Amino acid sequence: MMQLRINGKDTELAAATVAELLAEQGIDPGARFLAVAINGSVVRRAEWQTALLAAGDSIEIVRPFQGG
Amino acid sequence: MADPLVIAGATFSSRLIAGTARFPNQQVMLDALEASGAEMVTASIRRISLEGYSGSLIDLLGDKYRILPNTAGCVTARDAILTAELAREALNTNWVKLELIGDRELLYPDVEQLVHAADELVRKGFIVMPYCNEDPVSCQKLADVGCAAVMPLGSLIGSGMGIANPAAIELICSRSPVPVVLDAGIGTASDAAQAMELGCDAVMIDTAIAKSHDPVRMAAGMRAAVEGGRLARLAGRIPKQRFAEPSSPQLGLVGS
Repeated sequence: MMQLRINGKDTELAAATVAELLAEQGIDPGARFLAVAINGSVVRRAEWQTALLAAGDSIEIVRPFQGG
Repeated sequence: MADPLVIAGATFSSRLIAGTARFPNQQVMLDALEASGAEMVTASIRRISLEGYSGSLIDLLGDKYRILPNTAGCVTARDAILTAELAREALNTNWVKLELIGDRELLYPDVEQLVHAADELVRKGFIVMPYCNEDPVSCQKLADVGCAAVMPLGSLIGSGMGIANPAAIELICSRSPVPVVLDAGIGTASDAAQAMELGCDAVMIDTAIAKSHDPVRMAAGMRAAVEGGRLARLAGRIPKQRFAEPSSPQLGLVGS
């Protein structure tokens, strides 16, 4: 288990990669229009299986919403 | 296509860019977008809810519209740039409506940070359309760093106060090397027509459609207003004068 900050919320997780993190959060990693950043840098979808997480990482998981 | 709008090499037959927020429900939004004739619509980029999420806005819009993601709400260049990069990844588009807010109550742009962020995003390969002040110097600076269009505000976002400073908008239009899209403040159809008459290349409308009593009808009205204003602009209005000039012939007047 390690401490991660996911969308502004501190969370204890066992996930080692972005793909595992999404799965653990109940988010289908195959869902379209998702984007992920770790510590202010976008992680491309192609790297979700391999990008490793480290304790203390700040992760943003976003998608498009209504907007003006 | 007669009289197309061209931004960064992309052509549009509609000069109305529509927002997707604040509609009473999704069906009304879809019907209103249809009625507006818009080909480009805006979306925001937000954190997903970790408590489960509903159907995607983009799935709903289908392939019918070009999506213009915004950086609404961002107050630092860093957050706006990251939001643009996340949008590029999520939506597979390098277009962005860059918003950098300097005052959370007034939602007025922070010009200093805006120019800086626009410069950096252009260097990263983005097509940048900044929401900006109705100020010819700011607009020129944004064009100078490579923005594909400028989006000066008519008045405060969501205020419906129309074009507070038409002379400034007209000045910007007459000097801008890039397309001018009037953004923010439009309240009703005459505001949209006025923007086009002043020389704007397009208008961006969200709240005035979405929060009207009948969004679908208002969308159709806005479409007609944008088209009417554009035609009037191209036709060239008559000069204003301080005296009357009869339109019927003077000759052959009965009873004289």
